[in-house]
Amino acid sequence: MSDAESKLEEILSNVRPYLTPQLYDELSEKLRDAIKKHKLTLEDAEKIAWEAVERYRKALVEPGEAVGTITAQSLGEPSTQMTLRVFHYAGVREYNITLGLPRLIEIVDARKRPETPITEIYLSEDIKRNPEKAVELARRIELTLVENVAREINIRLGMGIVEVELDPEMLSNKGVTVEQVVEALEKLEIGSVEISGENPYKVIITLSDEYLDPSKTVKVRTMISQAYIKGIKGIKKTIIQRRGDEYVIIAEGSNLEEVMRVPGVDWRRVYTNDVHEIELVLGIEAARSAIIKEIYNVLSDQGLDVDIRHIMLLADMMTWTGHVRQIGRMGIAGEKPSVLAKATFETTIQKLVEGAVMGEEDPMVGVTENIILGQLPPVGTGVVKIFMNLLATRPKEGEGG
Amino acid sequence: MLNMGGKVNILEHELVPRHEIVPPEEAHKILKELGVEPWQLPWISLNDPVVRAIGARPGDIVRIYRKSPTAGTFIAYRYVVPEVTKKS
Repeated sequence: MSDAESKLEEILSNVRPYLTPQLYDELSEKLRDAIKKHKLTLEDAEKIAWEAVERYRKALVEPGEAVGTITAQSLGEPSTQMTLRVFHYAGVREYNITLGLPRLIEIVDARKRPETPITEIYLSEDIKRNPEKAVELARRIELTLVENVAREINIRLGMGIVEVELDPEMLSNKGVTVEQVVEALEKLEIGSVEISGENPYKVIITLSDEYLDPSKTVKVRTMISQAYIKGIKGIKKTIIQRRGDEYVIIAEGSNLEEVMRVPGVDWRRVYTNDVHEIELVLGIEAARSAIIKEIYNVLSDQGLDVDIRHIMLLADMMTWTGHVRQIGRMGIAGEKPSVLAKATFETTIQKLVEGAVMGEEDPMVGVTENIILGQLPPVGTGVVKIFMNLLATRPKEGEGG
Repeated sequence: MLNMGGKVNILEHELVPRHEIVPPEEAHKILKELGVEPWQLPWISLNDPVVRAIGARPGDIVRIYRKSPTAGTFIAYRYVVPEVTKKS
């Protein structure tokens, strides 16, 4: 038995260099299984192994295949279908989220901020099944300013005081105490702060002299309404969602770096739909995965079945230079070496003028420029060049001319 | 809470694949195998948070073990470049 085992090892190690690790593992597992269960002979096992190699090589992209063009077509066609349906789907449940074509454009244009940034915050092992703890954490993350809990802010210049009337409902909703509001207002250092004697939900600020100037009224009001009580900058609204057996906080707005530092957050799984922010915090490879994930989600939400390899190629192109760049005129299409290729995209005359003024040369190595001139583009068999060996055509010595 | 004061290590984040610096001798071999010059590989900026975390220098080649839905694990290479491209 050990003899057969070592023979099998040898067969497998022969085919190993030709296969991907995943394929290799699958092949070796299945072969062992078949030998055990169905009494597969070693000769047949060898044949199967080499057949697998053969099939794998046939499935590979051939040199010269115009993968970029195929990707463009495969993504472009379904997204034209998308426009018709998209607006009926916008605005799901409690929060707004950009979907469909507008979102797809946003991703390939590599916008600095998405229109509706959303952060998915997973919770750490000890609290992820506890809804109360999740709500508590969500309150701690959500940005709360005085204006979020105040019903009225009245400035009474004659008396030199500001009355801030708080909304008890909002206070309990946000989990803020009156004392916390007082503390937040004290930090502004615009006067002494105290809770009104007659109304426990009224805070009275006695302004110090320098803020009594009537011309500063507006400034004082903004300072008070924008006073920071708690939370993370940029996280506006939070919703608790149940996913499987755990609770997840979905937050409107995005601040990956700060959110990851919050205790109780499973920072290994925090996710935002802001690709640019992912690039800054987690690096270009994470941004690449995020682009793939986002585009795939947009397309599959619409019921469009696009092969993920097209999306992967797109993401590879977008992250090629180490930064996320857009597909369009300011990014990939605009960085092509050929003037003619640049001119085919969006601003034709401008690019041609630029090329002429700068005295640019066109090496004619790309696909687009060769198609414009009606030449054979370097695609498929066109990537191969044939040169004639003139020496070989000379008559050999002794032969008549 | 367990996570209190726990350090955040971006290398362990779900989205970040494993990166490692390829030693120079091996890098030569790989480039020859692929038939490319280093600059023809995809780039990774020196300011990239992962590059800073693993301490790669300009001119290094970084090996990346990407998780791929079609190929399981896929090995990709990136060439560490100083900040030359303007941020788009």
